[in-house]
Amino acid sequence: MNTDSSAARRARLAGLTASTAVLALFTAACGGTGGGSTSAPKNFSYLTVNENATVKTALGTLSKGACADENKALPLKVESVPQTGLDQKLQLLAGQNALPVQFAAGNAPALTDKLYKSGKIADLEKELDKLGVLDQIQPGAISTIKALYGGKMEVLPYEYNIEGIFYNKKIFAKDGITEPGTWAELTAAAAKLETKGVQPFSASGQQGWPLTRLISGYLYRSLGPDALQAVKDGKAKLTDPPYVKAAQEIADLGKKGYFGKGVGSIDYDTAINQFLTGKAAMFYMGSWALTNIADKKANTVGADNIGFMPFPAVSGGKGSIDQYPSNVGLGITLGKNIDAKTGDWVTCIAKNYGSTALKDQGSISGFKTNSEVKDANAVAGKVRRTISDSQQNVLWFEALFSTKATTVSQTNAASLVNGTMSPQQFMQTVQDALKSE
Amino acid sequence: MHRVLGDRRAVLILLGPALLVYSLIMLVPTLWSLGYSFTKGNTIDGFTGNGLDNFHRLFTDPDVRHALWFTAKYAVTVTVGQVVAGYLLALLYVFFLKKASALIRTLVFFPVVLPTVAVGLLFKNLFQVGPQTGPVNSLLNAVGIESIDFFGSSGHAFWVLIVMDIWRSMGFYAVLLFAGLVDIPDEVLESARLDGASGLRLIRHIVLPMSFPVLMSSLIFSINGTLKAFDSIIALTNGGPGNSTSPLTLYMFQTSFTYSDYGYGSTIALLLTVVCLMVTLVVFRASRRDLTKD
Repeated sequence: MNTDSSAARRARLAGLTASTAVLALFTAACGGTGGGSTSAPKNFSYLTVNENATVKTALGTLSKGACADENKALPLKVESVPQTGLDQKLQLLAGQNALPVQFAAGNAPALTDKLYKSGKIADLEKELDKLGVLDQIQPGAISTIKALYGGKMEVLPYEYNIEGIFYNKKIFAKDGITEPGTWAELTAAAAKLETKGVQPFSASGQQGWPLTRLISGYLYRSLGPDALQAVKDGKAKLTDPPYVKAAQEIADLGKKGYFGKGVGSIDYDTAINQFLTGKAAMFYMGSWALTNIADKKANTVGADNIGFMPFPAVSGGKGSIDQYPSNVGLGITLGKNIDAKTGDWVTCIAKNYGSTALKDQGSISGFKTNSEVKDANAVAGKVRRTISDSQQNVLWFEALFSTKATTVSQTNAASLVNGTMSPQQFMQTVQDALKSE
Repeated sequence: MHRVLGDRRAVLILLGPALLVYSLIMLVPTLWSLGYSFTKGNTIDGFTGNGLDNFHRLFTDPDVRHALWFTAKYAVTVTVGQVVAGYLLALLYVFFLKKASALIRTLVFFPVVLPTVAVGLLFKNLFQVGPQTGPVNSLLNAVGIESIDFFGSSGHAFWVLIVMDIWRSMGFYAVLLFAGLVDIPDEVLESARLDGASGLRLIRHIVLPMSFPVLMSSLIFSINGTLKAFDSIIALTNGGPGNSTSPLTLYMFQTSFTYSDYGYGSTIALLLTVVCLMVTLVVFRASRRDLTKD
């Protein structure tokens, strides 16, 4: 016989429900704050992306060589995640106060800025100055970082890249083409190559950014170096006729078949492979491609047969071909709390990273090279000289955009060049994404 | 049995652990997500309440309308495709291949166990136009048709996605429906045949009504699965070109984790939950009709 009164049963049921809820909330709450710690780090932990091996390789070399003492005191510990998962990982770690000592700070500058504003990352100009190694950073690299990150030095220049057009000298010579200096000459050269059965450009539509870089290149040459700052400041819109004209010019390259078949399906590796195996005559890319160019196995064209030219001038435009789009690669930054051992590591990196990365991997960084390093090939030397001579740098198309507008721009770029989206539609879509955040 | 189920303590001991686990991994996150719908922010900036703003945005966001339309179009097409293909295969197994169907069943089921990413890559290569011409375009070229950039336009990409998902899952539905068909008593079929029913008449009046419950289960499985499709779309088109093959799930994921807008992402997730619930209710309601009556 059941002797429980209904009130007692209700009370028991309510108690059980409440306990379950409290337990659940407690468990969930624990998940949100676990791992947060302000105590001194046990490792020089470094979170990076699988796709970028340059920095972790160079840090590994330093940990065994020039920075062996620092490594003994605070061992280097590298963790890698796929680049597509980096932003999520950072947000989770930041939410738990569990960010590593050093980390790749997100795919778009907007996320890095968010981390900085929430006090998760260090003001590196101040910190490097305190450590006495601010002079180890090239001024051009500092100005590029500041232009990207709202006037603050939020990342270290483990890479310092300029962008331009790499071209196959052999193909150009065979078809009697000289280095184009203007946009009209470039399109004429592309048309000539096309008629000779040579694919003029190699580009990855899957990534999208190699195509949108061409739009910003045209914009900087036609409207001047402030073209995209004006959009950010609300003084201009991407749907304004001169901006649409830039998209139109790039769409026309696609319409004429200059990027080859199925550009939207081509990934970065395939695009670079097409160029380095002589299947395409030109390749717009950053100076990080020098590592691939120096790779004798991958580059069947031969490094000596590759030239580098700036994005050409647009007749009557306000920009100059001396203004190079520049970037510091994937932003890598330091957590807010820099203790003595971390400071020693940073000092050692600032003094030795530049020459180590250049010597071992042909990678150009924003750190000064304190020992003489011979260039891997002529094109690497030309790019390095261009970087040191460069007086004014500009950014890339999405540099000042929000994360959403960056994604929208890059995922629609292939549609622009394969003709499924008009230049007006493309610019309108990106402008709408800019407006929505 | 009655004594055990009549004892509340026994019920609590038997059901308690399952209820607790269910609460922790299903109810709490769902309610938590509902709570996020009334906030804006992320784990870096923190969360602040914003009332019903996310819901207002949900009804005015053109990307939501687009994602919802794509989700509906995709779910209906794939559901019809995989259930019809599965049912036809099941009929083939039971009425034509009979005992010899084991090998075919295994072969058709095989794609179900393949990893989605592998299937995505397979279809990407099958339909690619560059850098190499895939087998489908080679075939088109052989009959004098120019190559098609299947992943360059939304229309083509949608149909490749549909073909892939039907191919991938029809084996599962074939086995599920096969189990329903073999349950139909032989005597009933025999009697129907003696009464003159055969072919399509037999299927329409006997087989279909008698396998209706399992058919309905398949429909609910399929519609709910396709409304929440994510991995196959990521593997094949990544939502592109542009966002033309982005369902609600992908838009929710991007909003939350790429654009760091957890509040609005949770609101999109809530919309998806409501859509799934409504569709399931509609399917259940429709299933009440007795198909044996004309």
